[in-house]
Amino acid sequence: MRTRIFSVAVLATLASLLPAPALGQANLDINTPAIVSLQRSMQQRHTQLAPLYASGAVGLTRDGNVALRDARAVPLAQRQRVNALIASENQDRAALYREIARANGHPEWEADIRATFGQRWISRAQQGWYYQNASGAWVRK
Amino acid sequence: MVKLACRHLLLAGALTLAGCVTINIYFPAAAAEKAADRIIDEVWQLKNGATPKAEQPEATPGEKK
Repeated sequence: MRTRIFSVAVLATLASLLPAPALGQANLDINTPAIVSLQRSMQQRHTQLAPLYASGAVGLTRDGNVALRDARAVPLAQRQRVNALIASENQDRAALYREIARANGHPEWEADIRATFGQRWISRAQQGWYYQNASGAWVRK
Repeated sequence: MVKLACRHLLLAGALTLAGCVTINIYFPAAAAEKAADRIIDEVWQLKNGATPKAEQPEATPGEKK
């Protein structure tokens, strides 16, 4: 009888220990080669995007993208370059959200990750940059 | 009495396991925010909440060529 109680107690203890590694995954894995390379590509592109954020030509959207907010803030000759910049940035961002979800074994998290990034890009943006509020209107930070 | 104790132990173990499974199904919002902040720090070259210096990035495109 004693042995049985003991073994049950041991089992229960083991069971309560099991969630520990699962809960230990408090961090999402963002160190895969794909994520690191997307990060680097976006970091380099930011040198060209930063002045566009500052001038209000480009703003941050609610869904974790960037968009042309005010075409008049861009000289005609540069509009094509700016549009291409926005397109590549959004492509990288989409790939980044997808990769983070995939790298952590939950491709279905992509939309949630995008939404999280959408909020974080906006709350960490510099003063003076434009972002889209909940109703989709552009607001200057 | 002993049987009751055993049942309680088993029940506790089962509940803990069930809780563990439930937690893993849901999207880890806090962890995602942390991950997002780490990536944004890198992309925008922010250093621990210090004033961002987006206009003077360390690396210019083409520099590595």
